Amino acid sequence: MRRMMQAMPDTAIPQPEELADLVRRHIPEAQVEVGLFSGDDHFEMRVTSSAFAGKSRVAQHKMVYAALGEHMRQRVHALALTTCTPQQQENI
Amino acid sequence: MTDSMHSDPIQQGIDKLVKEHPVVLFMKGTPEFPQCGFSQRVVAILNNMAVPYAAVNVLLDDAVRDGIKVYADWPTIPQLYIKGEFIGGCDIVTEMSENGELDAMLAPLRAAQEN
Repeated sequence: MRRMMQAMPDTAIPQPEELADLVRRHIPEAQVEVGLFSGDDHFEMRVTSSAFAGKSRVAQHKMVYAALGEHMRQRVHALALTTCTPQQQENI
Repeated sequence: MTDSMHSDPIQQGIDKLVKEHPVVLFMKGTPEFPQCGFSQRVVAILNNMAVPYAAVNVLLDDAVRDGIKVYADWPTIPQLYIKGEFIGGCDIVTEMSENGELDAMLAPLRAAQEN
């Protein structure tokens, strides 16, 4: 995908582990696996947390987006996200 | 839609679209020519479901592109709405198509169309 040529805020592209740390800090007991699926700003992430129990998938994803804050609006070009609870994890 | 959004014409326009059409996809590009892999994947899923849907190309209007993120409080595109409800983005729609939830949600619409 072509990068936009217009001026972007001069913030560095976050490393996958930085994103994982943000999620761990904001979501209780979160287990996070993160990597790149393309280029250096297309991330994929899997988050498992008991805090997701009883919440819709939309609500679960919003919790992760909130944890990532400004990164989501700036240098994260794409984030393929999967969320689940530890109970769901066991069923896989 | 929160109270403060009611006065914004863009938010009003989005709200009208979402409520007028049973299935609406906000995407990058068009169903015939998607301009992003994520939009393309959701288009393919919807086409498989054989229900008519309205598609809005957010690349044509920056106000809509930004406005839809505010409307759903969701930072990414594509966004799928069914019967006025925000369903999710590419990851959630993919998961729901794999586990049958999406098909179950769209079945009544498909039945209504066939009658």
